[in-house]
Amino acid sequence: MTRRIQKPILIACSVMAALFVGASGQPTVRVEPTDSVGPRTLEKQTETAVVRDYLQAWHSLSAALEQNRTDLVNTDFVGTAKEKLSDTIQEQTKLGIQTRYVDKAHDVQLVFYSPEGLSIQLVDTVDYDVQLIDHEKPQITQHVRARYVAVLTPTEVQWKVRVFQAEPE
Amino acid sequence: MRSGLTFFAGLILLAAGQLALAQNGSLGLPKTVEAGAAFSIHTTGSGKGVLYIVGPGQILRRDVQLGETLSFAPGDMHNAGHYLVVLTGGSSTENGAFDVTAVHQATTLSFIAKPSRLPVDLHDGISGVVYVFDTFHNLVLQPTPVSFQLSGVAGAPQTRTVTSKNGVAWTKLDSASKEGAAQFEARAGNVTDKRIIQQVPGDPCKLKMDVRPDGQQLQLETEPVRDCSGNAVPDGTIVTFTEIYDGGQSTVDVPLKRDIAKTEMPAHKGATISVATGVVMGNEIRWGKE
Repeated sequence: MTRRIQKPILIACSVMAALFVGASGQPTVRVEPTDSVGPRTLEKQTETAVVRDYLQAWHSLSAALEQNRTDLVNTDFVGTAKEKLSDTIQEQTKLGIQTRYVDKAHDVQLVFYSPEGLSIQLVDTVDYDVQLIDHEKPQITQHVRARYVAVLTPTEVQWKVRVFQAEPE
Repeated sequence: MRSGLTFFAGLILLAAGQLALAQNGSLGLPKTVEAGAAFSIHTTGSGKGVLYIVGPGQILRRDVQLGETLSFAPGDMHNAGHYLVVLTGGSSTENGAFDVTAVHQATTLSFIAKPSRLPVDLHDGISGVVYVFDTFHNLVLQPTPVSFQLSGVAGAPQTRTVTSKNGVAWTKLDSASKEGAAQFEARAGNVTDKRIIQQVPGDPCKLKMDVRPDGQQLQLETEPVRDCSGNAVPDGTIVTFTEIYDGGQSTVDVPLKRDIAKTEMPAHKGATISVATGVVMGNEIRWGKE
Protein backbone atom coordinates (compact mmCIF):
# COMPACT_ATOMS: atom_id res chain seq x y z
CA MET A 1 0.00 0.00 0.00
CA THR A 2 2.74 2.36 1.03
CA ARG A 3 4.71 1.58 -2.14
CA ARG A 4 1.64 2.31 -4.31
CA ILE A 5 1.31 5.76 -2.77
CA GLN A 6 5.00 6.63 -3.02
CA LYS A 7 5.16 6.49 -6.83
CA PRO A 8 2.48 9.14 -7.52
CA ILE A 9 4.05 11.35 -4.83
CA LEU A 10 7.41 10.99 -6.49
CA ILE A 11 5.95 11.91 -9.91
CA ALA A 12 4.11 14.88 -8.41
CA CYS A 13 7.29 16.08 -6.75
CA SER A 14 9.21 15.78 -10.02
CA VAL A 15 6.55 17.77 -11.87
CA MET A 16 6.57 20.43 -9.15
CA ALA A 17 10.35 20.56 -9.27
CA ALA A 18 10.30 20.96 -13.06
CA LEU A 19 7.69 23.72 -12.78
CA PHE A 20 9.76 25.44 -10.12
CA VAL A 21 12.90 25.28 -12.25
CA GLY A 22 10.92 26.55 -15.23
CA ALA A 23 9.37 29.36 -13.25
CA SER A 24 12.62 30.51 -11.71
CA GLY A 25 14.60 29.63 -14.83
CA GLN A 26 17.82 31.48 -15.33
CA PRO A 27 18.12 33.64 -18.44
CA THR A 28 20.12 32.29 -21.32
CA VAL A 29 23.42 34.11 -21.55
CA ARG A 30 25.68 34.40 -24.54
CA VAL A 31 29.01 36.17 -24.21
CA GLU A 32 30.68 37.26 -27.43
CA PRO A 33 34.36 36.38 -27.86
CA THR A 34 36.50 38.88 -25.99
CA ASP A 35 39.66 38.69 -28.13
CA SER A 36 39.41 42.29 -29.28
CA VAL A 37 38.56 43.89 -25.93
CA GLY A 38 41.10 46.48 -24.97
CA PRO A 39 43.20 48.41 -24.38
CA ARG A 40 43.93 46.37 -21.24
CA THR A 41 44.25 42.63 -21.62
CA LEU A 42 41.16 40.94 -20.32
CA GLU A 43 41.89 37.78 -18.38
CA LYS A 44 39.34 35.00 -18.41
CA GLN A 45 38.84 35.29 -14.64
CA THR A 46 38.03 38.98 -14.96
CA GLU A 47 35.62 38.33 -17.80
CA THR A 48 33.82 35.67 -15.78
CA ALA A 49 33.59 37.92 -12.73
CA VAL A 50 32.31 40.90 -14.71
CA VAL A 51 29.59 38.90 -16.48
CA ARG A 52 28.59 37.17 -13.23
CA ASP A 53 28.31 40.48 -11.35
CA TYR A 54 26.46 42.16 -14.21
CA LEU A 55 23.86 39.37 -14.32
CA GLN A 56 23.55 39.55 -10.56
CA ALA A 57 22.88 43.27 -10.96
CA TRP A 58 19.92 42.44 -13.20
CA HIS A 59 18.66 40.11 -10.51
CA SER A 60 18.93 42.87 -7.89
CA LEU A 61 17.29 45.40 -10.19
CA SER A 62 14.40 43.04 -10.76
CA ALA A 63 13.87 42.38 -7.06
CA ALA A 64 14.28 46.05 -6.12
CA LEU A 65 11.75 47.31 -8.68
CA GLU A 66 9.28 44.56 -7.83
CA GLN A 67 9.48 45.07 -4.08
CA ASN A 68 10.15 48.81 -4.24
CA ARG A 69 13.20 48.46 -2.03
CA THR A 70 16.08 50.83 -2.65
CA ASP A 71 18.36 48.84 -0.35
CA LEU A 72 18.42 45.99 -2.86
CA VAL A 73 20.30 48.03 -5.44
CA ASN A 74 23.10 48.93 -3.02
CA THR A 75 24.91 45.63 -3.44
CA ASP A 76 25.36 45.68 -7.20
CA PHE A 77 24.98 49.30 -8.30
CA VAL A 78 27.01 52.38 -7.51
CA GLY A 79 27.12 56.03 -8.54
CA THR A 80 24.75 57.33 -11.18
CA ALA A 81 23.16 53.96 -11.91
CA LYS A 82 22.31 53.47 -8.25
CA GLU A 83 20.94 56.97 -7.88
CA LYS A 84 18.72 56.68 -10.94
CA LEU A 85 17.36 53.29 -9.94
CA SER A 86 16.72 54.51 -6.40
CA ASP A 87 14.83 57.52 -7.78
CA THR A 88 12.68 55.22 -9.91
CA ILE A 89 11.91 53.01 -6.92
CA GLN A 90 10.97 56.01 -4.81
CA GLU A 91 8.73 57.28 -7.59
CA GLN A 92 7.10 53.87 -7.97
CA THR A 93 6.42 53.79 -4.23
CA LYS A 94 4.86 57.23 -4.38
CA LEU A 95 2.63 56.22 -7.30
CA GLY A 96 1.70 52.81 -5.87
CA ILE A 97 3.31 51.07 -8.81
CA GLN A 98 5.48 47.96 -8.99
CA THR A 99 7.28 46.69 -12.04
CA ARG A 100 8.48 43.15 -12.53
CA TYR A 101 11.45 42.72 -14.85
CA VAL A 102 12.19 39.16 -15.87
CA ASP A 103 15.28 38.87 -18.03
CA LYS A 104 15.02 36.01 -20.51
CA ALA A 105 18.17 36.29 -22.60
CA HIS A 106 21.39 38.26 -22.62
CA ASP A 107 23.78 38.68 -25.51
CA VAL A 108 26.76 40.30 -23.83
CA GLN A 109 29.69 41.89 -25.58
CA LEU A 110 32.54 43.33 -23.54
CA VAL A 111 33.72 46.33 -25.50
CA PHE A 112 36.19 48.30 -23.40
CA TYR A 113 38.56 47.56 -20.55
CA SER A 114 40.32 50.71 -19.46
CA PRO A 115 44.15 50.80 -19.45
CA GLU A 116 44.40 51.16 -15.68
CA GLY A 117 41.76 48.46 -15.05
CA LEU A 118 39.35 50.77 -13.26
CA SER A 119 36.38 50.39 -15.58
CA ILE A 120 34.94 47.91 -17.99
CA GLN A 121 32.18 48.54 -20.46
CA LEU A 122 29.77 46.05 -21.98
CA VAL A 123 26.91 46.13 -24.41
CA ASP A 124 24.06 43.72 -23.81
CA THR A 125 21.14 42.95 -26.07
CA VAL A 126 18.55 41.85 -23.55
CA ASP A 127 15.23 40.12 -23.98
CA TYR A 128 13.04 40.64 -20.97
CA ASP A 129 9.43 40.83 -19.85
CA VAL A 130 8.07 43.80 -17.96
CA GLN A 131 4.94 43.49 -15.91
CA LEU A 132 3.29 46.68 -14.73
CA ILE A 133 1.31 46.49 -11.50
CA ASP A 134 -0.68 49.50 -10.35
CA HIS A 135 -2.01 49.29 -6.78
CA GLU A 136 -1.53 45.53 -6.87
CA LYS A 137 -3.52 45.23 -10.08
CA PRO A 138 -1.53 43.85 -13.01
CA GLN A 139 -1.97 46.12 -16.00
CA ILE A 140 0.10 44.51 -18.71
CA THR A 141 3.04 42.23 -19.32
CA GLN A 142 5.11 43.21 -22.29
CA HIS A 143 8.09 41.61 -23.93
CA VAL A 144 10.95 44.02 -24.57
CA ARG A 145 14.18 43.71 -26.50
CA ALA A 146 16.65 46.46 -25.82
CA ARG A 147 20.35 47.20 -26.08
CA TYR A 148 21.91 48.20 -22.78
CA VAL A 149 25.25 49.85 -22.26
CA ALA A 150 26.77 49.25 -18.83
CA VAL A 151 29.97 50.46 -17.22
CA LEU A 152 31.22 48.49 -14.25
CA THR A 153 33.90 49.49 -11.79
CA PRO A 154 35.71 47.27 -9.31
CA THR A 155 35.10 47.47 -5.58
CA GLU A 156 36.71 45.47 -2.80
CA VAL A 157 35.08 42.18 -3.69
CA GLN A 158 33.05 42.59 -6.85
CA TRP A 159 32.33 44.65 -9.95
CA LYS A 160 29.48 47.12 -9.54
CA VAL A 161 27.38 48.73 -12.25
CA ARG A 162 28.08 52.45 -12.42
CA VAL A 163 26.34 53.30 -15.69
CA PHE A 164 23.27 51.41 -16.85
CA GLN A 165 21.53 52.81 -19.86
CA ALA A 166 19.49 51.47 -22.75
CA GLU A 167 20.03 52.91 -26.19
CA PRO A 168 18.06 52.65 -29.44
CA GLU A 169 18.89 49.42 -31.27
CA MET B 1 -15.08 17.62 -23.71
CA ARG B 2 -15.79 19.31 -27.07
CA SER B 3 -17.34 22.35 -25.39
CA GLY B 4 -14.23 22.64 -23.23
CA LEU B 5 -12.00 22.67 -26.29
CA THR B 6 -14.19 25.25 -28.00
CA PHE B 7 -14.00 27.46 -24.92
CA PHE B 8 -10.22 27.11 -24.81
CA ALA B 9 -9.88 27.95 -28.52
CA GLY B 10 -12.15 30.95 -27.97
CA LEU B 11 -9.91 32.17 -25.21
CA ILE B 12 -6.84 31.92 -27.47
CA LEU B 13 -8.62 33.84 -30.25
CA LEU B 14 -9.69 36.50 -27.78
CA ALA B 15 -6.16 36.84 -26.46
CA ALA B 16 -4.80 37.09 -30.01
CA GLY B 17 -7.41 39.76 -30.75
CA GLN B 18 -6.32 41.76 -27.70
CA LEU B 19 -2.70 41.44 -28.73
CA ALA B 20 -3.47 42.66 -32.26
CA LEU B 21 -5.37 45.60 -30.80
CA ALA B 22 -2.49 46.42 -28.57
CA GLN B 23 0.06 46.28 -31.33
CA ASN B 24 -2.02 48.24 -33.81
CA GLY B 25 -3.11 50.73 -31.22
CA SER B 26 -3.20 54.34 -32.18
CA LEU B 27 -0.87 55.73 -29.55
CA GLY B 28 0.92 58.60 -31.23
CA LEU B 29 4.41 58.11 -29.85
CA PRO B 30 7.68 59.70 -30.81
CA LYS B 31 10.36 57.17 -31.76
CA THR B 32 13.03 58.93 -29.77
CA VAL B 33 13.09 61.90 -27.45
CA GLU B 34 16.18 63.79 -26.40
CA ALA B 35 16.63 63.79 -22.64
CA GLY B 36 14.99 66.79 -21.06
CA ALA B 37 13.11 67.81 -24.21
CA ALA B 38 9.38 68.48 -24.31
CA PHE B 39 7.27 65.97 -26.25
CA SER B 40 3.72 64.83 -26.58
CA ILE B 41 1.75 61.61 -26.91
CA HIS B 42 -1.46 61.50 -28.85
CA THR B 43 -4.29 59.28 -27.62
CA THR B 44 -7.52 58.26 -29.28
CA GLY B 45 -10.90 57.17 -28.00
CA SER B 46 -13.11 58.67 -25.37
CA GLY B 47 -13.40 58.55 -21.63
CA LYS B 48 -10.77 58.55 -18.99
CA GLY B 49 -7.56 56.57 -19.00
CA VAL B 50 -4.17 56.26 -17.41
CA LEU B 51 -0.88 56.52 -19.23
CA TYR B 52 2.27 54.94 -17.86
CA ILE B 53 5.83 55.44 -19.03
CA VAL B 54 7.92 52.66 -17.57
CA GLY B 55 11.63 52.03 -17.48
CA PRO B 56 14.33 51.25 -14.94
CA GLY B 57 15.58 54.83 -15.26
CA GLN B 58 12.28 56.58 -14.72
CA ILE B 59 8.57 56.02 -14.30
CA LEU B 60 5.64 58.35 -14.96
CA ARG B 61 1.91 57.95 -14.47
CA ARG B 62 -0.59 60.41 -15.88
CA ASP B 63 -4.37 60.49 -15.85
CA VAL B 64 -5.57 61.27 -19.37
CA GLN B 65 -8.68 62.18 -21.22
CA LEU B 66 -8.66 59.76 -24.13
CA GLY B 67 -8.63 61.47 -27.50
CA GLU B 68 -6.48 64.28 -26.27
CA THR B 69 -2.80 64.93 -26.71
CA LEU B 70 -0.77 64.61 -23.57
CA SER B 71 2.10 67.08 -23.33
CA PHE B 72 5.27 66.51 -21.35
CA ALA B 73 7.22 69.53 -20.22
CA PRO B 74 10.98 69.96 -20.67
CA GLY B 75 12.74 67.91 -18.04
CA ASP B 76 9.89 65.47 -17.46
CA MET B 77 11.84 62.66 -19.14
CA HIS B 78 15.49 63.18 -18.43
CA ASN B 79 17.02 59.72 -18.04
CA ALA B 80 18.19 58.07 -21.23
CA GLY B 81 16.80 54.61 -21.81
CA HIS B 82 14.16 52.45 -23.41
CA TYR B 83 10.65 53.13 -22.14
CA LEU B 84 7.49 51.11 -22.34
CA VAL B 85 4.33 53.17 -22.75
CA VAL B 86 1.03 51.73 -21.55
CA LEU B 87 -2.35 53.38 -21.96
CA THR B 88 -5.23 51.85 -20.05
CA GLY B 89 -8.78 53.01 -20.29
CA GLY B 90 -12.08 51.91 -21.71
CA SER B 91 -12.06 48.28 -22.68
CA SER B 92 -8.58 48.01 -24.08
CA THR B 93 -4.96 48.55 -23.20
CA GLU B 94 -2.62 50.07 -25.72
CA ASN B 95 1.11 50.02 -25.52
CA GLY B 96 4.19 51.09 -27.35
CA ALA B 97 7.75 52.09 -26.65
CA PHE B 98 10.19 54.87 -27.31
CA ASP B 99 13.76 55.75 -26.49
CA VAL B 100 15.13 58.69 -24.59
CA THR B 101 18.60 59.56 -25.82
CA ALA B 102 21.28 61.58 -24.09
CA VAL B 103 21.70 65.22 -25.01
CA HIS B 104 24.43 65.30 -27.63
CA GLN B 105 26.29 68.10 -25.91
CA ALA B 106 28.76 67.02 -23.25
CA THR B 107 28.35 68.71 -19.89
CA THR B 108 30.37 66.53 -17.57
CA LEU B 109 33.48 64.47 -18.12
CA SER B 110 34.48 61.61 -15.94
CA PHE B 111 38.23 61.80 -16.44
CA ILE B 112 40.49 59.10 -15.05
CA ALA B 113 44.19 59.87 -15.42
CA LYS B 114 46.70 57.31 -14.20
CA PRO B 115 49.14 57.17 -12.62
CA SER B 116 49.29 60.36 -10.61
CA ARG B 117 53.07 59.96 -10.24
CA LEU B 118 55.51 58.28 -12.59
CA PRO B 119 59.13 58.41 -13.74
CA VAL B 120 60.21 60.70 -16.56
CA ASP B 121 60.72 59.46 -20.10
CA LEU B 122 58.27 56.59 -19.93
CA HIS B 123 56.71 55.65 -23.26
CA ASP B 124 52.89 55.37 -23.04
CA GLY B 125 53.27 55.73 -19.31
CA ILE B 126 50.26 57.99 -18.78
CA SER B 127 46.73 56.88 -19.60
CA GLY B 128 43.65 59.05 -19.82
CA VAL B 129 40.10 57.72 -20.01
CA VAL B 130 37.09 59.96 -20.44
CA TYR B 131 33.43 59.04 -20.12
CA VAL B 132 31.25 61.74 -21.62
CA PHE B 133 28.02 62.67 -19.84
CA ASP B 134 25.24 65.13 -20.59
CA THR B 135 23.61 67.53 -18.16
CA PHE B 136 21.34 64.75 -16.81
CA HIS B 137 24.27 62.37 -16.19
CA ASN B 138 23.37 60.24 -19.19
CA LEU B 139 26.28 58.69 -21.04
CA VAL B 140 26.56 60.44 -24.41
CA LEU B 141 26.69 57.51 -26.81
CA GLN B 142 26.90 59.72 -29.89
CA PRO B 143 30.53 59.83 -31.14
CA THR B 144 32.10 62.94 -29.59
CA PRO B 145 35.61 64.31 -30.22
CA VAL B 146 37.64 64.41 -27.04
CA SER B 147 41.05 66.09 -27.01
CA PHE B 148 43.75 65.22 -24.52
CA GLN B 149 46.67 67.52 -23.80
CA LEU B 150 49.65 66.93 -21.56
CA SER B 151 51.73 70.00 -20.90
CA GLY B 152 54.76 69.78 -18.69
CA VAL B 153 57.43 72.04 -17.31
CA ALA B 154 59.43 71.92 -20.53
CA GLY B 155 58.93 71.05 -24.17
CA ALA B 156 55.89 71.24 -26.43
CA PRO B 157 52.62 69.86 -25.11
CA GLN B 158 51.47 66.47 -26.39
CA THR B 159 48.00 66.58 -27.89
CA ARG B 160 45.72 63.81 -29.12
CA THR B 161 42.14 63.97 -30.30
CA VAL B 162 40.07 60.83 -30.00
CA THR B 163 36.44 60.27 -30.98
CA SER B 164 34.46 58.59 -28.26
CA LYS B 165 32.88 55.21 -28.88
CA ASN B 166 29.96 54.10 -26.71
CA GLY B 167 30.58 57.21 -24.64
CA VAL B 168 34.22 56.57 -23.85
CA ALA B 169 37.49 57.93 -25.26
CA TRP B 170 40.98 57.04 -24.14
CA THR B 171 44.61 57.67 -24.93
CA LYS B 172 48.14 56.95 -23.77
CA LEU B 173 50.90 59.53 -23.63
CA ASP B 174 54.61 59.60 -22.81
CA SER B 175 55.93 61.24 -19.69
CA ALA B 176 58.25 64.20 -20.28
CA SER B 177 62.03 64.07 -19.96
CA LYS B 178 62.11 66.73 -17.23
CA GLU B 179 60.79 66.18 -13.75
CA GLY B 180 57.96 68.30 -12.41
CA ALA B 181 54.21 68.61 -12.36
CA ALA B 182 52.46 68.17 -15.70
CA GLN B 183 48.93 69.28 -16.43
CA PHE B 184 46.80 66.63 -18.11
CA GLU B 185 43.67 68.10 -19.64
CA ALA B 186 40.70 66.49 -21.37
CA ARG B 187 38.27 68.54 -23.40
CA ALA B 188 34.96 67.76 -25.11
CA GLY B 189 33.21 70.74 -26.61
CA ASN B 190 33.32 73.48 -24.02
CA VAL B 191 33.91 71.16 -21.11
CA THR B 192 37.37 70.60 -19.73
CA ASP B 193 38.72 68.62 -16.85
CA LYS B 194 42.28 68.69 -15.53
CA ARG B 195 44.52 66.40 -13.57
CA ILE B 196 48.03 66.94 -12.27
CA ILE B 197 50.62 64.27 -13.00
CA GLN B 198 53.85 64.31 -11.00
CA GLN B 199 56.78 63.29 -13.16
CA VAL B 200 59.65 62.19 -10.98
CA PRO B 201 63.22 61.24 -11.88
CA GLY B 202 63.73 57.72 -13.12
CA ASP B 203 66.26 55.16 -11.92
CA PRO B 204 69.84 56.42 -11.53
CA CYS B 205 71.65 56.23 -14.80
CA LYS B 206 75.12 55.73 -13.37
CA LEU B 207 76.59 55.51 -9.90
CA LYS B 208 80.15 56.38 -9.02
CA MET B 209 81.84 56.71 -5.61
CA ASP B 210 85.18 57.97 -4.40
CA VAL B 211 87.09 56.80 -1.36
CA ARG B 212 89.31 58.78 0.99
CA PRO B 213 91.28 57.38 3.95
CA ASP B 214 90.67 58.93 7.36
CA GLY B 215 92.76 57.20 10.02
CA GLN B 216 91.40 53.67 10.52
CA GLN B 217 88.32 54.57 8.46
CA LEU B 218 87.49 55.12 4.82
CA GLN B 219 85.30 58.06 3.82
CA LEU B 220 83.02 56.97 0.96
CA GLU B 221 81.05 59.45 -1.10
CA THR B 222 79.11 59.17 -4.34
CA GLU B 223 79.09 61.71 -7.13
CA PRO B 224 75.68 63.43 -7.56
CA VAL B 225 73.21 60.70 -8.50
CA ARG B 226 71.10 61.49 -11.56
CA ASP B 227 68.75 59.69 -13.93
CA CYS B 228 69.48 59.29 -17.64
CA SER B 229 67.78 62.62 -18.45
CA GLY B 230 69.93 64.48 -15.94
CA ASN B 231 67.26 64.85 -13.25
CA ALA B 232 68.49 64.57 -9.71
CA VAL B 233 67.33 61.37 -8.03
CA PRO B 234 65.15 62.24 -5.01
CA ASP B 235 66.64 62.59 -1.54
CA GLY B 236 65.96 59.55 0.56
CA THR B 237 66.76 57.08 -2.18
CA ILE B 238 68.77 54.34 -0.54
CA VAL B 239 72.35 53.74 -1.65
CA THR B 240 74.06 50.61 -0.38
CA PHE B 241 77.80 50.43 0.27
CA THR B 242 79.27 46.95 0.69
CA GLU B 243 82.75 46.09 1.87
CA ILE B 244 84.05 42.56 1.52
CA TYR B 245 87.28 41.76 3.28
CA ASP B 246 89.13 38.74 4.43
CA GLY B 247 86.61 36.73 6.37
CA GLY B 248 83.90 39.30 6.59
CA GLN B 249 81.43 41.67 5.00
CA SER B 250 79.97 45.02 6.05
CA THR B 251 76.96 46.69 4.50
CA VAL B 252 75.73 50.23 5.05
CA ASP B 253 72.47 51.66 3.65
CA VAL B 254 72.56 55.42 3.27
CA PRO B 255 69.78 57.71 2.05
CA LEU B 256 70.67 60.23 -0.61
CA LYS B 257 70.96 63.76 0.71
CA ARG B 258 71.28 66.62 -1.77
CA ASP B 259 72.01 64.12 -4.56
CA ILE B 260 74.91 62.55 -2.67
CA ALA B 261 75.30 59.55 -0.38
CA LYS B 262 78.23 59.34 1.97
CA THR B 263 79.37 57.12 4.81
CA GLU B 264 82.46 55.70 6.45
CA MET B 265 83.61 52.11 6.70
CA PRO B 266 86.61 50.39 8.37
CA ALA B 267 89.76 50.40 6.29
CA HIS B 268 90.62 46.71 5.80
CA LYS B 269 93.62 46.05 3.68
CA GLY B 270 92.65 44.24 0.48
CA ALA B 271 88.94 44.93 0.93
CA THR B 272 86.64 45.28 -2.05
CA ILE B 273 84.08 48.07 -1.74
CA SER B 274 81.08 48.31 -4.02
CA VAL B 275 78.08 50.64 -4.28
CA ALA B 276 74.56 50.08 -5.59
CA THR B 277 71.10 51.63 -5.58
CA GLY B 278 68.00 49.78 -6.69
CA VAL B 279 69.01 47.67 -9.65
CA VAL B 280 71.91 49.94 -10.58
CA MET B 281 75.44 48.82 -9.71
CA GLY B 282 78.14 51.42 -9.29
CA ASN B 283 81.90 51.17 -9.45
CA GLU B 284 84.03 48.86 -7.34
CA ILE B 285 87.15 49.88 -5.42
CA ARG B 286 89.86 47.58 -4.09
CA TRP B 287 91.45 49.19 -1.03
CA GLY B 288 95.16 48.92 -0.14
CA LYS B 289 96.10 46.21 -2.64
CA GLU B 290 98.58 43.74 -1.14
